[in-house]
Amino acid sequence: MAVFGGRHRESNPSLPPGQYETQSFPVLSAGPTPEIDTAEWEFFIHTETGPSRRWTWDQFRALPAEDITPDIHCVTSWSKFDTPWRGVSLDTLFADVETDLDFVMAHSYGGYTTNLPLEEILDGRAWIAYEYDGDDLEPEHGGPARLLVPHLYFWKSAKWIRGLVMQSEDNPGFWEQYGYHNHGDPWREERYA
Amino acid sequence: MSEATRRWRRGTLVRDRALSASARSVTFAVPDWPGAAAGQHVDVRLTAPDGYQAVRSYSLARAGTDREIELAVERLPDGEVSPFLVDELEPGDEVELRGPLGGWFVWRPGEQRPVQLIAGGSGIVPLVAIARAHAAADSTAPMRLLASVRTPESALYRDELEQLRATAPTRWHYTRVAPPGWTGPVGRLSPRDLEREVIAGSQHPLVYVCGPTGFVEAVARTLIDLGQTADSIRTERFGGT
Repeated sequence: MAVFGGRHRESNPSLPPGQYETQSFPVLSAGPTPEIDTAEWEFFIHTETGPSRRWTWDQFRALPAEDITPDIHCVTSWSKFDTPWRGVSLDTLFADVETDLDFVMAHSYGGYTTNLPLEEILDGRAWIAYEYDGDDLEPEHGGPARLLVPHLYFWKSAKWIRGLVMQSEDNPGFWEQYGYHNHGDPWREERYA
Repeated sequence: MSEATRRWRRGTLVRDRALSASARSVTFAVPDWPGAAAGQHVDVRLTAPDGYQAVRSYSLARAGTDREIELAVERLPDGEVSPFLVDELEPGDEVELRGPLGGWFVWRPGEQRPVQLIAGGSGIVPLVAIARAHAAADSTAPMRLLASVRTPESALYRDELEQLRATAPTRWHYTRVAPPGWTGPVGRLSPRDLEREVIAGSQHPLVYVCGPTGFVEAVARTLIDLGQTADSIRTERFGGT
């Protein structure tokens, strides 16, 4: 009988259950990488009263930004530690948004969607990121800008983000309709529904 | 997906076959396997004697409801799980399996649209599952496979795909070394290669592209330049950047 030895023996408290650490940056997308011209880019937030806020690229880039270095965790089992991003906090973007709805559907260029509870993307837990490791975010990693919600599995961090639409219920997005967990907490291994 | 998908099941290696110098087909008997659609994948979990576990995802090489599942695994030089599955696992050994997973990169027999499959290297595995499912269902939807490989020796499932040539003809493309007598181009798939070999956008094919990230990015971008619609292109990428 063959006996599996494995390699990574040191137990790392930063590693959620069932994850392994990678140094590379794998790319997972359901379709082609869209080409997005920042001259035509926009980011919007829609609420129960319709369009609420809208930023052009220049307006968005004029907002106060933060440097953050979270660990990220993909449902396909890789984790990457101390990833260096720069982006705008969702707290900044939601500062003047009035809504009584509790859930958000993130919409991307190319048609991707993913759902999130509003309270999980506020209070310093989510950003719209546009730089990685000091450079403009590469298109295959979601550039010009992506959602970054590092405390959830990385499919929730929608690439090529275009806008957020408030919803009254936690209706499922793209992967959530294909059997992935509606919430996606890596520490509770919420991989599949 | 359901409770059945999330659960880890025991699979016993019942058959194995070398596919190339670095790849091996491994077939596991899984008594309670619920079946899978062509293009889906599974998680494989290995456990060391001290309890340490490692999980990786592998595409299924065959769809269906048999109580057996076939994976094709390519040995990664620096891999932790793949060298064990390719070089060490013996018939009778057990692994744990979870799935089937993924519901987007799949082909179902009811699909009537023409299908173009495009593989880079071992990205051919889920596309072999699709070509097999297409033949098994006697589907009349046109299907073609374009497979890019480094050398003739690194082509996986060549004999089997040859047997499917009436229903899903395969065109091999060589990036480094071509077989003796080869008169076609050698090198990365060019826009001209793709224009010549891929079902035209005017026929509205469903296109499945699977391979290393750089391959998939380049092919998908070129297909859109050639007039294919983005939402008809389904992709599966592996490896980092």
